[in-house]
Amino acid sequence: MIKIEQLHKSYPIGKDSLHVLKGIDLHIKEGEFVSIMGSSGSGKSTLLNIVGLLDVHDEGNYYLNGQLIKDMNEKKAAQLRNKFLGFVFQSFNLISYKTALENVALPLYYKGINRKERLKIALDYLDQVELKDWANHLPNELSGGQKQRVAIARALVTKPKVVLADEPTGALDSTTTDSVMDLLKDINDKGMTVFVITHEEEVAAQTKRIVRLKDGVIISDELTKAAKAV
Amino acid sequence: MKFLFDSDTWQEIYGSIRKNKVRTAITIIGVLWGIFLLVVLLGAARGMENGFNKLFGNFATNSVFVWTQSTDTPFKGFQEGRRFKLTMNDIAVLNSEYSEEIKLLAPRNQTSNLIIHDFKSGDFRVSGDYPVLDQIQKKSLLYGRFLNENDILSTAKVAVISEDMYKQLFDKDVMPIGQYIKINSINYKVIGVYKPSNTIDFDGDCAYIPFTTFRKVYNTANKVDWMMITANEGTDIEQMEKDVLLTLKGLHKVHPEDERAFGSVNLGKEIGKITGFITGMQFLTWFVGIATLIAGVFAIGNILLITVKERTKEIGIRRALGATPKSIRQQIILESVFLTTIAGMLGIIFGSFVLFIIDSAFGQGEDAALINPTVNIPIILIAFATLIVLGTLIGLIPAHMATVVKPIEALREE
Repeated sequence: MIKIEQLHKSYPIGKDSLHVLKGIDLHIKEGEFVSIMGSSGSGKSTLLNIVGLLDVHDEGNYYLNGQLIKDMNEKKAAQLRNKFLGFVFQSFNLISYKTALENVALPLYYKGINRKERLKIALDYLDQVELKDWANHLPNELSGGQKQRVAIARALVTKPKVVLADEPTGALDSTTTDSVMDLLKDINDKGMTVFVITHEEEVAAQTKRIVRLKDGVIISDELTKAAKAV
Repeated sequence: MKFLFDSDTWQEIYGSIRKNKVRTAITIIGVLWGIFLLVVLLGAARGMENGFNKLFGNFATNSVFVWTQSTDTPFKGFQEGRRFKLTMNDIAVLNSEYSEEIKLLAPRNQTSNLIIHDFKSGDFRVSGDYPVLDQIQKKSLLYGRFLNENDILSTAKVAVISEDMYKQLFDKDVMPIGQYIKINSINYKVIGVYKPSNTIDFDGDCAYIPFTTFRKVYNTANKVDWMMITANEGTDIEQMEKDVLLTLKGLHKVHPEDERAFGSVNLGKEIGKITGFITGMQFLTWFVGIATLIAGVFAIGNILLITVKERTKEIGIRRALGATPKSIRQQIILESVFLTTIAGMLGIIFGSFVLFIIDSAFGQGEDAALINPTVNIPIILIAFATLIVLGTLIGLIPAHMATVVKPIEALREE
């Protein structure tokens, strides 16, 4: 599903440049539940942005669903994001003046699905995250956990191949963290590839494979107990 | 173009406008003010033009007036400063020589006299005229009739008096027609009362008597004080004025280059100056109006630019969810066009409303300064189209700004 070979990325800072990713090799197969761990500055967010087509790499190859990602223009990238990827952010990133339902329906709008159909599908997904009753509430009327569940529903609504979650539990307490992780596990059980970035050991432990990053290189890549238990 | 008719597009725009009510209102005011000014100023200019037109309304605007003064150049044995008068012979020559150009020619003799009726009297002007005067300078008669050919032929002692003279010389509710007034110890029968026009008028309160009667009574022989000439349609009136003056100079042994001997006023030319002034004013109106409109549209662009900055994150989210740069651009441009259009409509409505108020307050009645202040529909449509085009162009800037920021930068945590 995701295949990365010798990926390099550096950011220019003034005259110097900061070498963030120093040759990453990573292969994630369809249906995997992977977490990327590392302290801040280890390059994990950069990796996710590149995988999520929000940023471009300097060197190396990146294949998404067997397709080589190279010289992407914005339009192409937007279409691929819409088709293959679902995003979950640490700060939820819901649009504040749209209701939960409209937020979930938004990716379908960019897919060109008509409004009636869109809202029907969105409501279905809100039901899956048990927020059907909150469909017409604005984000600021929801709790953090609820917001994240809306965000997850939004990530799933286009039936993506991969769900990319950037610190999905970073802004949540332990109880809601568990419920969000359960949700991600459910998604994975249904066959979707889930790619989580976190720095919390407990969260990582609930995934099936942990990749540890340090200073832009992978220092370990191992299956967790959860995976072995299956 | 399909996206224009997509209810979803409008849903998105409605959402973002509703979110920013205050800035939407402020944005709209700029353009609203511009088109409001344009409508009101154009309407006022039109009203003024109508007012001027009414002023010249019952006067043939292609008229030339000619009178004599004194020569400024010695010629054919005559000394400088010679005084002379127009004669009936001149009239006959002009009539035959310029039969194609001249439509109407009215020779006139005028004087002032004490006019008496019973025990009332007043000093008024007395004018000897031909019936043709009524065609050059339309008289609206309250009672009776104007002079006719019969009065001329029979040198009838009849007079047409003004409304003010009637009020001054006659008791209230006395029918003046058929009554006699005394001018210079001679009795004249009043045959008509006219209402002086409240537009341009060279005669004031004047008693019109037949030209032939005037000649007899005041012993003017074949002398003529001055004349009014109107030209046929399609005649170059300035050229005609020059030709007529040259002919007259020839008849009176005046040097062809003599500037002072004849005085003349070309009404067409004078009116031309005023219409030129009005045209200038309309041009100014357009200039001010369009400039204000452009300023208003720039304000919209400016505010959209600010909102784009404010909405960077939202735009980032949308792009992460699969919005193409094109769809983002379309939305912002459409927002710009939508705002300008709404503002334009409101401006036109308010402008028309103010014109309506101006019209009710100053636009009606006898002495109206602005008559029927209106703006043509095509002009409004042109202004409106300009507005939409400008709205689109100005929307391009914030739309571009919205898409140059990479989604990752837009999404970066603060």
